[in-house]
Amino acid sequence: MPEAIMNQETYRQSEFARASDPSVAAGSRPNAISDTLKADVRGLSFWYDQFQALKNIDLPIAEKKVTALIGASGCGKSTLLRCFNRMHDLYPGNRYDGEIVLLPENQNIVDKGIDPIRVRLKAGMVFQKPNPFPKSIFENVASGLRVRGIRDRAVIAGRVEEVLREAALWDEVKDRLDQSAYALSGGQQQRLCIARTLAPEPELILLDEPTSALDPIATAKIEELIEKLRDHYAIVIVTHSMQQAARISAYCAFMHLGQLVEFGTNETIFTSPKEKRTQDYITGRFG
Amino acid sequence: MLPAVAQESKFRPTETYLARRRIIARLMSFLLFMAAAASVLVTTGIVYVLVSESWNFFRQVSLLEFLTDTQWTPVFAEPRFGILPLLTATLWAAGIALLIGIPLGTALAIYLSEYAPSKVREIVKPLLELIEAVPTVVFGYFALLFLTPLFRMFIPGLTGFNLLVPGIVLGIMILPYVVSVSEDAMRAVPSSLREGAYALGMTRIQTSVRVIIPAAFSGITAAYVLGMSRAVGETMVLAIAAGQNPNLTGDPREGAATITAYIVQMAMGDLPQGSLAYESIFAVGLALFVLTLFFNLVGFFLRRRFREVY
Amino acid sequence: MAAVDFEHRVAFNPMSEAEASRVIGVAKRRDFLFAILGVFVLVLSMGMLTALIVDLLVDGLARIDYDFLTSFPSRRPAQAGILSAWVGTSLVMLTTALIAIPLGIMAGIYLEEYAPRNWVTDIIEINVSNLAGVPSIIYGLLALGLFVYTLGLGRTVLTAGLVLALLILPVVIVATREAVRSIPLIIREGAYGMGADKWQVIWHYILPAARPGILTGAIVGLSRAIGETAPVLTIGALTFIAFLPPSPVQPEFPFLNFDWLTSPFTVMPIQMFNWISRPQEAFHINAAATGLVLIAMTLTMNAVAIWIRYRLRSQARS
Repeated sequence: MPEAIMNQETYRQSEFARASDPSVAAGSRPNAISDTLKADVRGLSFWYDQFQALKNIDLPIAEKKVTALIGASGCGKSTLLRCFNRMHDLYPGNRYDGEIVLLPENQNIVDKGIDPIRVRLKAGMVFQKPNPFPKSIFENVASGLRVRGIRDRAVIAGRVEEVLREAALWDEVKDRLDQSAYALSGGQQQRLCIARTLAPEPELILLDEPTSALDPIATAKIEELIEKLRDHYAIVIVTHSMQQAARISAYCAFMHLGQLVEFGTNETIFTSPKEKRTQDYITGRFG
Repeated sequence: MLPAVAQESKFRPTETYLARRRIIARLMSFLLFMAAAASVLVTTGIVYVLVSESWNFFRQVSLLEFLTDTQWTPVFAEPRFGILPLLTATLWAAGIALLIGIPLGTALAIYLSEYAPSKVREIVKPLLELIEAVPTVVFGYFALLFLTPLFRMFIPGLTGFNLLVPGIVLGIMILPYVVSVSEDAMRAVPSSLREGAYALGMTRIQTSVRVIIPAAFSGITAAYVLGMSRAVGETMVLAIAAGQNPNLTGDPREGAATITAYIVQMAMGDLPQGSLAYESIFAVGLALFVLTLFFNLVGFFLRRRFREVY
Repeated sequence: MAAVDFEHRVAFNPMSEAEASRVIGVAKRRDFLFAILGVFVLVLSMGMLTALIVDLLVDGLARIDYDFLTSFPSRRPAQAGILSAWVGTSLVMLTTALIAIPLGIMAGIYLEEYAPRNWVTDIIEINVSNLAGVPSIIYGLLALGLFVYTLGLGRTVLTAGLVLALLILPVVIVATREAVRSIPLIIREGAYGMGADKWQVIWHYILPAARPGILTGAIVGLSRAIGETAPVLTIGALTFIAFLPPSPVQPEFPFLNFDWLTSPFTVMPIQMFNWISRPQEAFHINAAATGLVLIAMTLTMNAVAIWIRYRLRSQARS
C-alpha cells in the first residue's frame, strides 16, 4: 500500500528531524512526550491588538493521537487552536510571536513568510457550529478537493464516497447527494463538515468544540467518529466537556488566562494532576 | 425618606390622568395606523388613475393593435398606437445599463464585501451614495453634451441622439444601488461560512465565488432585478439624450423615444384632457407600471428570502 | 454506523509541495487580478462623477453671479437667471417636507412598533417596498390625472409639493424604521419598567434617540425631491415664469399667507431641462450653471446626511 510506505517514511523523517534538532530532543524542553510529533508549539504568544491572549505556550502535538485543549471560557484554547491554521490572519491587528513547527517538514507555520493558505491546505478545521456551504451534499465534500485543483470527476466521486463512509454519513445520504446540505440535521451537518475537512487528507485536524451545538445523541456519534479517526490523523480538539476530553484524548492540555497550566497524558491530567488549578477545574470546583 | 404609607405619596398619578393617557395612547395608535394605511392609498390612487384613463384609451384602440403595431404616431392625422417602438427603446437602454451595471456592480460589491479593509469600505460607500445624489437631469446634460460628442469621435454612425450613451450613463446611475443591495446580501452571509471556506485553503476570490455568492444568491438577484426596474423607469436621461422620436430600431447608435420620454414629451405640450393622445400617456404609463411592478415584487420576495435564511 | 476499512481504502494522494505551490500560485494570481478589477470599477465610477462635475464647472461656473441668481428667465440667454426657479424650488420643498416628514415618521413607527403580524401588515409592507420602486414619472401621471384634474388642484406649488412628498415617503418610512429598530432594547425595557405606556415610550424615549437616523432619511429624501424633474414636468409646470409666487409671510395679521400654494411655479431642474432643450449654445451655459447650483445643493445635503450618520456610528462605538 503506497500510503503505508509513505507514512513509515514520515515516521523516519520525523525521528530524524527530532534527532538532528537539539531543541526537539526528548527531555530537553518542557512538556516532552514519547510519541512521534506532528507539530510542536514553542514559546507561542498571541495578541489581539494590545490584548495578549496567549502567553508563551509550549505544547507538543502527537502524530495519530488526539490532543485535547481544556479550560474555562476565555482561557485562550480556541485562540490557540486557530493559530494552527492561521485563522487569525483573516482579521486585522492580530500578531503572533514564537513558533508552531509542523513536522516532519520542520516548518514554522506562524512565520510571516509562510502563506496562510499553504498552512490551511495542511491543517483542516471543524467549527463549533456546523457551517455547511449553501451547496449540495456532494459539492460540500468536494469543495476542498476542487480548491486543490483536482478536476477528475472519478477521483472526486471516489474520494467523496470514501470520506462520507469514514464520517459514517454515507448510508444516510447516498441517495440524496445532490440535495442541499441544509436539508440535513445539525448532527449530520457537523459530520458533513468533518467529511469536508477529511477529504483532502489534511496532516492535522483541528476541532473547535465540534459538539457544543449538538444534542447528546449527535454528540455520541461525533465522538464515536473521532475515536475511529484518531488512529489515522493528528487531531487537536477544543472542548468544554471534561467527560469528552477524558473519553477521547490521549493527551490533554489545561489552559488558564492565556497560559498553559499543565500538559500531560490523559491519565495524568484526569487522575493525578500536579497543579491545584487543574485539579479544581476538572473536578468542577471552578470555571 | 419614603412616605410611611404609599397611598399618601403625592407622586401617585390621578385616575383622570391615567384615563387621559389611555385615550391619547389609543388615539395615537389609530393615527399611526392611518398614516401607514395612507401609503396603500397612494398605490390605489396610481392604479385608479392609470386604469381609468387607459380604459378610455382601450375603448378606442384595440389591445391587439397596442401590442403588435409597429408604429407610434399619436398626433398624425391617422394616428397609430403600437407600443413596440417605445418598448424596444426602453429595453435597449435598460439592457445596456444592465450590461454595464451588473458586472461592474457585482465586482465592486465583492471587492467591498470580501476584499476591502473596513476603512476603505467606510470611505467608498458614502462616495458611491454621492453618485445617487446627482439629479437625473444633470446626468442627462452630461450624456447629451459631454459623453455623446466624445463617443462620436470613436463610434462611427453614432447620432446626436442615441440609446447607447444614455444606456451607459444609466448603467453608472444604477451601479451604486446594485452595489449596495448585493453587498448587503454578501455581508449578511454568516462569517462561519467564510471561515469554513478559508479553513479549506480557499483564496478570497474562491471564497467569494464558491461560497459567498451562492449563499447570497437571492439577495444578489434581487439587486439585479431592482436595478432593472430602475433602469426601465428612468426618465430624464433618456428624454434628454435619446431623443423624442418613436423609432423601432435594432441599432442603439440611433435615437429613439422610450416610454418615459414619450410621457414627458406629451405632458409638456398642452394636451387637452380627454383627447386620445392624453389618454395614451396613461396607457403606456400603465404598461410601464406593470413592468416595474413585476420586477419590484420579484425583487421584494427575493430579498425577503435571503433575510429569512439567516 | 457503517464500518470503515482504513486499511483497504482507495489510494488517494494528497498533493505534493510542488503541486501545492502551482495551485496556490494560480489561485493567488486570480485573487490579485480580481482585486485590481474591483479597484478599477471604483476608479471608473468615481472618474465619471468627477468628469461630470468638472464638465459642469468648465461650462457653467463663469455664468454664476449675483445677477444670475436674481433675474427672471429671458429670451436673451446672457440676461436670463434662475430667480423664479430657486424660489419655486424652495416653496415646493417646504410643502414636500411638511407633508412627507410627519406622515413618513408616523407610518414608520406604526410598521416598526405597532403593526401586528398579519396580512394587513404584509400588504402595507409590500406596498411601501413597491412604492419605493415605482418610477417617478408614474407619480407624475398620478398627479396629473388625480390632483390636477380630478381634485382640481391645478398646476400649482401644492400639487408639486404633494406629488414629491408621496415620492419620497418610502425613503422617510424606511429611514424611520431603521432608526427605530436600532434603539437598544434596554432603553425600551427601562421606560416600560417605569410604567410608561407604549406611546409614552415612543414619544419620550424612542423618537429622541432615533432623531439623527430619521433626520438623515429626511435629508436624503428631500435632496432627491429637489433634483426630481419628471413628475413635475408631467403635471405641466411652466418653464417660463417671470413673476414670483406671493410671499408666505406678510407684515399684516395673520402674518402667514398661503396663497403661494395655489400659484403657478417653476423649479430648478425644469429650468435646466428647458435650457438644455434649446438649440443655442448660450442657453447650454445657463443650463450648466443651473446644474452646478442644483448639484451643489444635493451633494451638500447628502454630505450632511453622511456626516450625521458617521457621527452617529462613532458615538455608538465609543
